[in-house]
Amino acid sequence: MRNAFAASITDLAAKDERLVLLSGDIGNRLFDKYRERFPTRFYNCGVAEANMTGMAAGLALSGLRPFTYTITPFATTRVIEQIRVDICYHNVPVVIVGTGSGLSYASLGPTHHSCEDIGILRCFPNLTILCPADAMEVGPAIEAALSCPGPVYIRLGKKGEPVIHEKPPRFEIGRGLVMRDGTDVCLLGMGTMTAVALEAAKLLAAQGIAARVVSMQTVKPLDERLLAESFNRFPVVAVVEEHSVIGGLGSAVAEWLARSGPRRGMLEAIGTPDAFISEAGSQQWMRERCGLTAPAVAERIAARYQAAR
Amino acid sequence: MTPTAVLAAISKKIRARVVEMSHVAETPHLGSSLSCIDMIVAAYWAALRIDPSNPLDPNRDRFILSKGHAATALYVTLAERGFFDPALLETYNEDGAVLPEHPGLQCVPGIEAATGSLGHGLPLALGMALAARIEGRPSRCLVLMSDGECEEGSVWEAAMFAPAQKLDSVTVMIDYNKWQATGRSDEIMALAPLAEKWRAFGWDACEVDGHDFDALLAALDKRPDGSGRPRAIICHTVKGKGVSFMEDDNNWHYRIPTAEEVRKARVELGQPEVRA
Repeated sequence: MRNAFAASITDLAAKDERLVLLSGDIGNRLFDKYRERFPTRFYNCGVAEANMTGMAAGLALSGLRPFTYTITPFATTRVIEQIRVDICYHNVPVVIVGTGSGLSYASLGPTHHSCEDIGILRCFPNLTILCPADAMEVGPAIEAALSCPGPVYIRLGKKGEPVIHEKPPRFEIGRGLVMRDGTDVCLLGMGTMTAVALEAAKLLAAQGIAARVVSMQTVKPLDERLLAESFNRFPVVAVVEEHSVIGGLGSAVAEWLARSGPRRGMLEAIGTPDAFISEAGSQQWMRERCGLTAPAVAERIAARYQAAR
Repeated sequence: MTPTAVLAAISKKIRARVVEMSHVAETPHLGSSLSCIDMIVAAYWAALRIDPSNPLDPNRDRFILSKGHAATALYVTLAERGFFDPALLETYNEDGAVLPEHPGLQCVPGIEAATGSLGHGLPLALGMALAARIEGRPSRCLVLMSDGECEEGSVWEAAMFAPAQKLDSVTVMIDYNKWQATGRSDEIMALAPLAEKWRAFGWDACEVDGHDFDALLAALDKRPDGSGRPRAIICHTVKGKGVSFMEDDNNWHYRIPTAEEVRKARVELGQPEVRA
């Protein structure tokens, strides 16, 4: 996804002279083409994310369209006050891009994991939160972010994630994208977990359970129409995310569900536990540990579906 | 350029109004506001290229009051400078009014940034300076910070970035009144030697008497100078400046003046007519 970001941001910078890219000393060689073409609109801001984030707000206050880019915890939770005050309170169109979100950088340890970012950022007024599902969604996501008049956070994976689209799909802020439809259960995938949800849907189909799968491209604002329709129609609606069960998409949907009155559907929130995963291990190993693989997800949803029938 | 005697008279008028506002609205940070008024007056009447009738001109200079707790000093300055009707000052801190204790972005014309949390103004100004460079605009960016604010890590992140990008369009003015909320700023943290710190970070730093308009104007003049070095003006000031019984008394970080104290202060400042 980060290569897709580098390619897309270079294309967009050619179309929009206001675009400025700020990087927190990351992406060695990744932005070579961008830097070559737009040397005055790229700044390596060093290992100083608070300053990078504040400067982005200053650029936006002057009418430019800055993107900040670094590893997710350093782009988000490290600089939470700069995001809150400089970006969200000023309500300026800065696009914060976190790369290696969730457990993408599993083996680097909890300092580099980000399973709390959405829980914290979702509270901030004015902020839009986008979670593209694969490399194909990245370009449309940043294009959508650039069209947004206020601040945006884009949560990316790392690289080599499964590609679930043949070509770049539509990406409309505030709308989920139905990847496949079904009649029995609904899976709301967030970011790179949408690919896992699609795999789980195949396993469910083998058991005779037809699943709808949605790429929840926007976490804030929620696609409430899609949620209402899904919770009215399906006995089980599951959220599948590489984020803590506290504060993420599952929480956002639960809050909406509690507000919007009784519905037919039950919510099954599948995410990472309320714990730091301090053991060494790959992303796949950690997903297995957290029950975030396709077989584990399918098993949970099948059990819930049988119980709900 | 406005003669310094005129600037001194403007300062006194602003000080008197600021003391009164603290009393009427029952808001603190009076000492902090009084210490930086001369710096703000020097900036607004002698350094900044701004037009109150065109406050959003893209080519304007930017001023950020990073020590947002001195908001009344900025509000009165902007009103005096013609950015908005001084009658609006009467509503300061009233329920639902547009002038809170810390300034919001464009809450009145001329406010370039929302401040109040310390350590944010300089990174914002660097972004504005980069934007001006990218777009080929002549804008200069002036940031007024407190000495205690220099304890924030984000200040030094920004201090390290600006010379690397040769942002000599940026000037920092530090209100070195030697106090912070609960004690001496040189004791709570190892702040001194402050000018040497900025110099070590690559800034063209100088030290001036922050109540001497000739010195302030000289320090603010001739920037950017093509040197690639941003400027840091360490302004030695007195907290509570201008009111004898407030000067260098840190109780006035939080204390609210009584009606009698306002009257005395106004007499000292040569503005005996009480408004409120």
